[in-house]
Amino acid sequence: MPAPARRIPHPREKRVVFANVDREGYTPDIACYLRHGGYEDLKKAVTMAPADIVNEVKASALRGRGGAGFPCGVKWGFIRPGETKPVYLICNADESEPGTFKDRYIIHQDPHQLIEGMIISAFALNVHLAYLYIRGEFPLGAKILEKAIAEAKANGFLGKNILGTGFDLEIYVHRGAGAYICGEETGLIESLEGKRAYPRIKPPYFPAVLGLYQCPTIVNNVETLCHVKHIVRMGGAEFAKIGTPNNTGTRIVGVSGDVVRPGYFEIEVGSMTLGELINDLCGGVKPGRKLKAIIPGGSSAKVFRADERFTIKVKGADGALVEKEIGVLDIPMDFDTMAACGSMAGSGGVIVMDDSRDMVECLNNLNHFYAHESCGQCTPCREGSLWMKKITDRMLAGGGVESDPATLASVSNNIAGKTICAFGEACSWPVMSFVAKFPEEFAARAKKQVPPPTPPEFLSEALTGGGH
Amino acid sequence: MSNEATTPKPVELVNVQIDGVWHQFPKGTRIIEACSQAGKFIPRYCYHPKLSSPGNCRMCMVELGMPKMTPDRKPELGPDGKPLHNWIPRPQISCAQDVSEGLGVRTASPMVEEARKGVLEFLLINHPLDCPICDQAGECRLQEFSYDYGQAKTRFLEEKVKKPKRVEIGPRITLDDERCILCTRCIRFMREVAKDDVIGIVERGSYNSIACHPDRKLDSNYSLNTVDLCPVGALTSTDFRFKMRVWFLKETKSICTSCATGCNTVIGARENIVYRQTPRENNDVNQAWMCDYGRLNFHALHSPERLLSPVVNGKEQPDWKAALASAAAALKAFAPEQIAVITSGKMTNEELFLAAQLAKTLGVSKHDIVPHADAGDDILLSTDRNPNTAGAKLLGLSASTPGANLPAIAEGVRNGAIKALVVLGEDATEAGLTAADLAKLTVLVTTAILPNATTAAASHLLPSAGFAEKRGSMINKNGRLQRLNRAIQSPGLARDDWEILVGLIEAVTDSSLGFAAIEDVVKAMTAATPALAGLSLSKIGDLGVQLEPISAR
Repeated sequence: MPAPARRIPHPREKRVVFANVDREGYTPDIACYLRHGGYEDLKKAVTMAPADIVNEVKASALRGRGGAGFPCGVKWGFIRPGETKPVYLICNADESEPGTFKDRYIIHQDPHQLIEGMIISAFALNVHLAYLYIRGEFPLGAKILEKAIAEAKANGFLGKNILGTGFDLEIYVHRGAGAYICGEETGLIESLEGKRAYPRIKPPYFPAVLGLYQCPTIVNNVETLCHVKHIVRMGGAEFAKIGTPNNTGTRIVGVSGDVVRPGYFEIEVGSMTLGELINDLCGGVKPGRKLKAIIPGGSSAKVFRADERFTIKVKGADGALVEKEIGVLDIPMDFDTMAACGSMAGSGGVIVMDDSRDMVECLNNLNHFYAHESCGQCTPCREGSLWMKKITDRMLAGGGVESDPATLASVSNNIAGKTICAFGEACSWPVMSFVAKFPEEFAARAKKQVPPPTPPEFLSEALTGGGH
Repeated sequence: MSNEATTPKPVELVNVQIDGVWHQFPKGTRIIEACSQAGKFIPRYCYHPKLSSPGNCRMCMVELGMPKMTPDRKPELGPDGKPLHNWIPRPQISCAQDVSEGLGVRTASPMVEEARKGVLEFLLINHPLDCPICDQAGECRLQEFSYDYGQAKTRFLEEKVKKPKRVEIGPRITLDDERCILCTRCIRFMREVAKDDVIGIVERGSYNSIACHPDRKLDSNYSLNTVDLCPVGALTSTDFRFKMRVWFLKETKSICTSCATGCNTVIGARENIVYRQTPRENNDVNQAWMCDYGRLNFHALHSPERLLSPVVNGKEQPDWKAALASAAAALKAFAPEQIAVITSGKMTNEELFLAAQLAKTLGVSKHDIVPHADAGDDILLSTDRNPNTAGAKLLGLSASTPGANLPAIAEGVRNGAIKALVVLGEDATEAGLTAADLAKLTVLVTTAILPNATTAAASHLLPSAGFAEKRGSMINKNGRLQRLNRAIQSPGLARDDWEILVGLIEAVTDSSLGFAAIEDVVKAMTAATPALAGLSLSKIGDLGVQLEPISAR
């Protein structure tokens, strides 16, 4: 397989986690990593008190990069000081949200950065056994990580008595079971325990209290754990200066779909608008095409319509909050504004659709994914995701009836907020937003007033063998 | 009361508001149970109080409110002096969380009703809706909650998911995967109670199906409990399916008589036929379970071989009085030491009491019960297959080691010392005697429901009643006094054992005992037995009475 072409970082990017990704001559082995200052941050970390590292992470205001954007320091703070049970750290490398492609580049090109981030995090959390749960579809990544772990061990960064500190840590790579739900943190934990990846109910099974093997467990995304290394290097306060308050640091966004130059970009959070990302970094939509819709944070995020307007609150000159009306392309690439506009920054996967796209078809594509990936544990998601898929299937096949858009909206509403895990929202938010924001396209596909004809195999002639 | 009675630990009570009314519940009470106790039943499918809570069906959703806190973390109080609530904006399951101080619950708010309607619709869209031919009909939770949350019209225009039907998942269980709502009660029961983690879910999403491990069958001796647990018609008893609509079954509370555990049961019968036996909850005995072996043992009641008429010296004698007079006369012809009585640990206390009276009347000193032992387990099945060994000991009919007197009786028959033998509810060939030994006897009086070597050799065969055809009491291996109830009448001329024994005693003594009903026997028995003093069948109740510890087994 030919080596993928290396991308030249866009000048408006700020590469921290991706500093070595696409670097000319950079290789994933430890020698190369060490030449570029590798494991120096670990050496610094082990001189710090673990609690101080946790405090630095808290000060950094780092938010999780997996999708939910939960503050990492707060999550770490759930581990009680003086915990008597073993504490586990799990790196969630099950990157499978459609539209998301970032962790795989860290794993493939700079695995030691992740390993170092994990070792520092484990040291901070008093973890002696950490798991790297990597998506089953990333066999090469798993191999690379296995090799990196062996190298780190051989160099005294992993294993017994790390860097002479007396701190022990083992990291095991666990290959995933080939299902999207394995990326849900409690589903991941079940899967790691050798069971079907059925997410657990919360309460009581909050991972930080009753996680892996019913012990306190921290599950962090690949990118999040990499950031920990940089927080230790620059200090939490310094890290927090990158980005905007509560939306700190850099993050990797992956733009796919109908743009001239799709790809991944590491940007300072909030440093540019969705419009600048699409038009400046990605070269805009293809010539002769018009922007129609954007999914801003992975396939689960609610879709934006190109002509949507939002009223957000911004700080005025005097520091007081004032209301401001903005368009979709004016939304800054951060967590909070994206949420204020009714969607989410999610996993950083930006999916762009131009005016050549049929929105029913686009939604149907997502519906297929979610119906296929629903684990089926709890009722609303199990039955609802397939139902929604069947409706859009039928609409595309010409069998749409007038009630379909309303049924789609109602079914999605009956799922969201009523399931064990966030998959319920993940599968219903696209439906809710597509149907609400592109009503004309759904209405156009839902013209029939009567139920569709009975499929031929269910006609009575077929059932009775052609009649008597 | 025993002297070691300790003061019970003080249970911490928490204040919980349910639908606007404040209640107190012990800490540790599940929200769903607290609501039930407050008279607000919450619909549920996956939740079962005796199994873990996976929270997967989402039917038990309620609105929960956490006590509103002031900035100094004190509950904010309303005008009634009770905490105000911050209501969680999304419905929450009530099956997996315990009540907490100040909690607020809304069990029937618009949000809750809408959520449950949504869940029920989801459960039904791929359900075959084949209620007219479904065994669960009439006791189906889908049907039940459809009354409350169902819709008259379907919005589902699509083709339903097709799944395996009529799967013989085990020797006694037939599975219809299309009816299954994937609540996993069966899986959890097999894992947590039966300790045989043999079934699970295969496939994904809406195609999820219950399946057995490829190399195994759902063949545990507890497999039929999964049928009871199944809230819908997915798991059906191969024995019971298509036999009878459940709403026609007359339900009689009784106990299982297949071992010394004495699992509490419900006998389902119609028109003198027992169609099924299901476990009845008794936390002091069997939780909510019973074993398949005990459950299916009722079929003997309807054997075509059932003995229907008294037989005297090879000839049917439909006149009970004549048959009993003949038996009494035959027995009286012998001196007491020439007679032995073999009774059974399967007899009720009342029958054993009368059997003791008979022995006393005849002056017989040689008697015992026949021990029946087989492999037991750590769940419910006892190695002692006699349901009333403890009663036989209490009433003096069993040797301290059951069966210890049998070799002497057998030797007496063999050497001719014993000429007359009374065998009640047992086959003497299981008591150390052979058919040839029995042939030596001059008189052999026996009660039985089915033919055996003893009935074949009997001079006087007195057909009696099966366990579902009689009332009475038994004492289980843990010293719990429990009662049987009559679900059906005995077939033909077969008679309740206590009546046979009373008739026999009266024929021997030529006087009346004055027992008009089983209650009279109970009265005499409890008066004569200090351990049972003051008890009656009605006082035993549905759940039994724990007697002072007696050395059972």
